[in-house]
Amino acid sequence: MDDLLSEFIAETRDTLEALSGEVIAWEADPHDRGRLDSIFRFVHTVKGSCGFLDLPRFERLSHAAEDVLSDLRANRRQPDTALVSAVLAIIDRIGELTEALDAGEPLPDSDDNLLIAALSEEGKPAAASALHAAMAKRAPTRSIRVPLDLLDQMMSGVSDMVLARNELSRQLRGVAIDPGIEGAFDRLSNCVAEMRDAISRTRMQRIDKLFSALPRTVRDIATELGKAVTLEIEGADVELDREMIELIRDPLVHMVRNAIDHGIEAPDERARRGKPAAGRLSVSARQSGNQIVIEVSDDGRGIDEDKLLGRAVGSGIISMQAADALPPSARAALIFNPGLTTSDHVSAISGRGVGMDVVKSNIERIGGAIEIDNRPRLGLRLTIRVPLTLTIIAALTVTAGEQNFAIPRSAIDEIMHDGSEALRIENVGDARIATIRGRALPLLDLETVLEMEAPIADQGRTLVVLRAANGSRYALGVATVQDHEELVIKPVSPAVMATGVYAGETLPDSGMPMLLLDIGGIADRAGVDTDTAAPALAIPANDTEEIEEGASTLLFQDFRGVRCGIRLSVIERLEEVPADRVSHSAGQLRVAIDDRLLPLLGIDRMPGTKSMKILRLTDGTTELAYAIQEVIDIVSFPIVIEQAGAPGPVAGAALVDGEPAELLDPHWLFANQTSVAPLVARQAPLCLLLDSNDRWMREILRPLVESAGYRVAFAGEAESMEADVMIASTNAQPLPLPENTPLIRLRADRPISHVGDDSIYRYDRPGLLAALQTRVSARRA
Amino acid sequence: MEKLYLVATIAGQPVAIPAAVVDSVVDIARLSPVPLAAPHIAGLAAVRSRVLTIVCGERALGLKASARRPTRAVVMDVDGHRYGLLVGAIEDARIIEDDPHPVPMRLAAGWARVAVGLLDFEGESLLLIDPVRLISGPLEIAA
Repeated sequence: MDDLLSEFIAETRDTLEALSGEVIAWEADPHDRGRLDSIFRFVHTVKGSCGFLDLPRFERLSHAAEDVLSDLRANRRQPDTALVSAVLAIIDRIGELTEALDAGEPLPDSDDNLLIAALSEEGKPAAASALHAAMAKRAPTRSIRVPLDLLDQMMSGVSDMVLARNELSRQLRGVAIDPGIEGAFDRLSNCVAEMRDAISRTRMQRIDKLFSALPRTVRDIATELGKAVTLEIEGADVELDREMIELIRDPLVHMVRNAIDHGIEAPDERARRGKPAAGRLSVSARQSGNQIVIEVSDDGRGIDEDKLLGRAVGSGIISMQAADALPPSARAALIFNPGLTTSDHVSAISGRGVGMDVVKSNIERIGGAIEIDNRPRLGLRLTIRVPLTLTIIAALTVTAGEQNFAIPRSAIDEIMHDGSEALRIENVGDARIATIRGRALPLLDLETVLEMEAPIADQGRTLVVLRAANGSRYALGVATVQDHEELVIKPVSPAVMATGVYAGETLPDSGMPMLLLDIGGIADRAGVDTDTAAPALAIPANDTEEIEEGASTLLFQDFRGVRCGIRLSVIERLEEVPADRVSHSAGQLRVAIDDRLLPLLGIDRMPGTKSMKILRLTDGTTELAYAIQEVIDIVSFPIVIEQAGAPGPVAGAALVDGEPAELLDPHWLFANQTSVAPLVARQAPLCLLLDSNDRWMREILRPLVESAGYRVAFAGEAESMEADVMIASTNAQPLPLPENTPLIRLRADRPISHVGDDSIYRYDRPGLLAALQTRVSARRA
Repeated sequence: MEKLYLVATIAGQPVAIPAAVVDSVVDIARLSPVPLAAPHIAGLAAVRSRVLTIVCGERALGLKASARRPTRAVVMDVDGHRYGLLVGAIEDARIIEDDPHPVPMRLAAGWARVAVGLLDFEGESLLLIDPVRLISGPLEIAA
């Protein structure tokens, strides 16, 4: 409604302005048909619009004038000076009312009846005084309408002017100039700066334009969902670039929809939780420096982080390990990943899992950022920060290979020197990792990413910690950091755009064009994982103990429909594979993945569906696939479980969330699959390694024993009763061992000192294999 | 205006460029390189406070660039972006009344892609090129 009204005001004002000339001409020649027609059209339009807008005074005035004018056009009356004055008085009164309406003042309390009476043939003399009063008060026009194109053109003109000033400043720097010129230049600079501000303001619009539609939107959605919502709007008078307003319209509406649909509970549920029946939704805007901060908060149920995490893992958005290591503050932010929702059902409003990722990318495309503050069961707050305008951005300039580049400030988390105490840099293969206060980030050197032939200093470099639009975080190493600057950014040509690593170009005072880096593009080019790469890297790669720790368990529904759990540490990834990749070969189901055939467990016949979800399990050397129906969640599986009666794929069962779930035994799964021919494998003697924490045993001894044809298990993974032979090192704590299982002791030092001992030097390969052979055959015989 | 051509050399070969597409001719002193860009993109340069994408004419033809980079650039606007095409020398601006006729022989791939036709000027044959095609660079880059 407000929009329509302001449209009406602007239009009426414009036509009045255009009409003023016509009115004077008509006054001079009341018989001029052309003028009469345009005045009639004006009055007619006003009458039409104000009836619709419910402006009764406008309507009466314009209606009376229209009647008279149509009489004139139909030659039923002849115009005379008094009649012309009376019509003009009506037009002026409409102008007055329009201004009053715009200013929000009460409409002037003058008597329209006199003016209307003056129109009638009899009422002329009585109305004369009223006419004069009305004509004296013609309100001045305080605004004009300008095409947007023109404003854009002015804006780009001013940007060019800023650039020209910069170049002039650079030219002047090189020569000795007299103070007069310097003073004049300073004045010019000030003028240009003021001009830039003024032009930027012409493009500003009150965010009210965006907010005014919200009450209706909220009412409609709430009604549809049977919820009660109170909307609070704050800061509607904040102004920002009109283009920006258009760009944040959709994201804002989406956030409001989500808040009502997912956030705010139904009234009865709210009553149960002791919340007021009507949900509270608050939308506010404020200016903070050269950014506008928009907040959408509700007092609903917030995001169920565990459920979200489960979904994220289930749809393969993040790996199990990454999910496990994700700090609580980052969990809710998973909602920004494509295709993720916590809603159990798809409604007409939301829950399709398209949305928050689009919101995020739209906001980031315009140089903004979005933050999430989740308080489970209490509410959710989303904060958007956008720059005031699009063309001028705050940037950090950095140097790499003697060339300067700009980085948008909004993408920068932190800047630190490589000598900082809080920082540790490590080489992992050909990649580098920067660990900052315990958080591991991929470290990229800008020179390397851009393939510049420039030396990279070993130290004295600066790391800029960046957060890209796709969610990846990384540290970018640069030679030096130059300055914070406000830069006028222009788009780059397609040939430059094709590199995928630049977002724009700018001309700083130096006169050398500078490229604005595309933070996401650089991450893509360098192959930084789009999913939260950092937590995945946080697990030290060489730490084998890690595997033994933590009872984090993926809960899923298997093909029998049974709830099952499997430890996260053995899951490499979750994948959806087409059913035609599954085949029955060599005695069991197998699935083709990455040109390999993996044994497929968890299912005993061909799946009836087109595709199926599989878990890829790995013990580090062997991989196998386990068919599942659906991922339920990631839970902390109880350490104490009800042991299964006999060894098999199920280790035991426990209650999870009040319902029983079976815990799969990864050891059994692998133990039965390590060989290509399972039957032979089952008969292979089992060798139990007693020091499960000994890396030498795990990494060096184990492959050797396996290659000799034994199955290998570590203490705790298999019962020592089952083992055909055991291996321990001499320096290990003696364990209570079953008497009848032969034991081989390995010592770490050279043979001489252990004469008479039955231990074997651990690199005495033939000796070890012979000992294994004799003891196993002795036992089997 | 339609018959006005700018005659310049690229890789030593005189070529005619329709003057209608040419904004101006400038000397480029300093370039900001664009790492990772296609080889024919020599860099960015500022001319009258506007940023130009500088295209090396020789590399754009798939030829080897001269040892000393030419500094003369033909400035033109293509799709709202401003480019500078580096050429060896600007010989002249000429009015050639005759319409161009097809090139009668087979040209090397780079030249064939940008050639529009042959112009006769005072008994001499001039190759008429389409600078827009030149700017888009060798085909394998576009693909």
